[in-house]
Amino acid sequence: MSEASLESAVTETRVRTFALIGNPNSGKTSLFNALTGLRQKVGNYPGVTVERKEGTAYTQHGKPIRIIDLPGSYSLQPRSPDERILVDVLLGRLPGEPAPDAVICIVDASNLERNLYLLTQVLDLGLPVIVALNMMDVVERRGLRIDATKMARILGVPVVPIEAARGKGIIELRVAMSRTDLPTAQGHVPFPAPITTAVKELAPLFVRKGSALPLAQAEARLFLGADEGHDLLETLAGAALTRIRLARQRLDREVPGWRSELITARYAFVGEVVRDTVHRFNPHRPSRTDQVDRWLLHPVWGIVALIAVMGGLFYSIFSLAVPFMDAIDGMIGWLGGSLGGLLPEGDLKSLVVDGVIAGVGGVIIFLPQILMLFFFISLLESTGYMARAAFILDRLMNKVGLHGRSFVPLLSSYACAVPGIMATRTIESFKDRLVTILVAPFMTCSARLPVYLVLIAALLPPGEHRAFQQAGILLSLYMLGTLAALAFGMLFKRTLLKGAAPTMVMELPPYRLPQLKWVLLELWDRGRIFLRRAGTIIFALSIVLWFLMNFPKPPEAVELDTETAIVMEEDPSVLETSFAGRSGRFLEPVFAPLGYDWKMTVGIIASFAAREVFVSTLAIIYRVADEEDTGSLVETLRSQERDDGNVAFSPLTCLSLMVFFVFALQCLSTVAVVRRETNSWRWPLFQLAYMFAVAWSASFIVYQGGRLLGFA
Amino acid sequence: MSSGITCLSDLKPGQSGVVSDFVGANTIHLRLMELGLLPGTAVRCLRTAPMGDPLEVELRGYHLSLRKAEAATIAIQTA
Repeated sequence: MSEASLESAVTETRVRTFALIGNPNSGKTSLFNALTGLRQKVGNYPGVTVERKEGTAYTQHGKPIRIIDLPGSYSLQPRSPDERILVDVLLGRLPGEPAPDAVICIVDASNLERNLYLLTQVLDLGLPVIVALNMMDVVERRGLRIDATKMARILGVPVVPIEAARGKGIIELRVAMSRTDLPTAQGHVPFPAPITTAVKELAPLFVRKGSALPLAQAEARLFLGADEGHDLLETLAGAALTRIRLARQRLDREVPGWRSELITARYAFVGEVVRDTVHRFNPHRPSRTDQVDRWLLHPVWGIVALIAVMGGLFYSIFSLAVPFMDAIDGMIGWLGGSLGGLLPEGDLKSLVVDGVIAGVGGVIIFLPQILMLFFFISLLESTGYMARAAFILDRLMNKVGLHGRSFVPLLSSYACAVPGIMATRTIESFKDRLVTILVAPFMTCSARLPVYLVLIAALLPPGEHRAFQQAGILLSLYMLGTLAALAFGMLFKRTLLKGAAPTMVMELPPYRLPQLKWVLLELWDRGRIFLRRAGTIIFALSIVLWFLMNFPKPPEAVELDTETAIVMEEDPSVLETSFAGRSGRFLEPVFAPLGYDWKMTVGIIASFAAREVFVSTLAIIYRVADEEDTGSLVETLRSQERDDGNVAFSPLTCLSLMVFFVFALQCLSTVAVVRRETNSWRWPLFQLAYMFAVAWSASFIVYQGGRLLGFA
Repeated sequence: MSSGITCLSDLKPGQSGVVSDFVGANTIHLRLMELGLLPGTAVRCLRTAPMGDPLEVELRGYHLSLRKAEAATIAIQTA
């Protein structure tokens, strides 16, 4: 075998990597799903895809291809950490991640010019490119025709018309991806001579082993265009940085406004392509989006609609989910009863029934409500309404001094602060990003929901029209959290993290029908994550908590026979002498001013691992202390008494507890993700401390104020 | 309506014009240019948000929202 054919055999067996890139809202995620079948979020909101996602597609011959789904971006000149990732991957700047073998650039045909702008930048990388021309159906409906063949001829790379949402054109795209001779086509856009010269001079600085010259030139152009103080420049060594700065100074002198000239040159080329390939065969009609927005963005009806959407969302979380929750509750009760009947009396039975089933079951019961919440959020995202909500609320955000883009992370934090904090990567300035991260956990996440639901139910016994009152309380808790986030955002923005007023430039994408398939798949994913959490973290914590609550036993219990031991277990002193009970007693003075007894203090301490653990801890505590009771947790809580004989969960205590949960940062995962995103322990610890201080003070005011006003 | 120079934030809903220049130094300008808002580009004001800010404008077949403060730095030639 000759050396050349051996080499080609090696290339044949190596898995090729394609990077998938495109504008936000171009249908990139749908295409990624269609190509890989991998489950992933389909959103209509700019900046949903933050995490780097990867999947495997197959060529027509069954060969695997690695596909990297890059964050959606309008440009390759990075302005946010999100766009940095994109450029780093494309240029092969990440350690252990060589530049991709080829790029699939998805172009929204219904928004051709802006999408082609990004394409011209991608082509200049000198990598093989396939253009996936998406939304051809929308173009047709608007009365336009696009000549893909001619476009391919002009651009010099394959152009494949597709409808990603319907899976049309995917086979043709696969055929194109199977080609091993994909062309490259840099240099379409002529730049002013001084820029070309500067890039040529600087390119050798960026030639890496194995990388081609166009890639180095693209990198040189990128660094040249980076503003002074951009974090991209920090990655350069002294001499290279000096040469970049010198070249930029010279350009500033020789070609004033050279940056905008680069952009104008690209758009001039884009204009030529559009003129040659797009034909209008029908007059322009007002689109459906325009007609819908006339109402949904109306000065009066728009706000009414926003309130109705949010109110309906919270109401349905309460009313629609109830039958499912009752069913799960019944199943858990049945499981506990039948397993309890099989096991002999003793520690093992107690561990299984009171520890694991009560602890895990107490959290699983909230699955229907959490799924309901995610269903609505997913629906709002994939239809495009979320961007409208941001548009309506921006004035408010602006007054607070928050970035318009903070809205998505904050809204995502209603589900969970962890993805919310990760979504802040779309914010350009580090200060604005940090403010958003610091206040995001105030948004009511789904882990608070179980706690609120139990406490609301304990506060208001079921009865006529209770759903309205309960929904009202829940809505106020959500509003309290939101107001806290905004107020502290304003405070931090004006004191600790002063900076220029942020801008709000955002695309309002056309309304699209949600794809039920992807919404349900997303729901399935969310449900699985929640159940996995319940099956692992909550399961483990339940066992640990059970041990901490049952050991060490009172000394005399060891020698007693089984019958007396049961009597002993009924005695709350088992909890009292245990590790958990002792720490609860020890810390009781801290929480007593808030109206919590030592048992609740045990729950509060445990909830700093994760908020919903509070519910499972209460379930375990009161099972431990009250063997006879077989009713639901809420009924058990309502019947509890303090050591002094007063009702344990008085309305005021319930309120004080809810307020504490509104403000406190009780989530190890959030602390960990803040540590990762800010790259220091300083901010997560600061956040933990200030949120605890706020929570404690607010609960103190509620409880002591309530008592002064004469409430119990 | 008389023709002349105004700024993007002063366009009435439904009114259109052509971008003639950017006023002052603002980092947002390069970003807007990358989004296709260049001197010579036709824009139409669609509406202001219910609370009076930001604006929604149409350009190159898509909808963009930006705050009035930024729109005020964009000079518009009206027909």
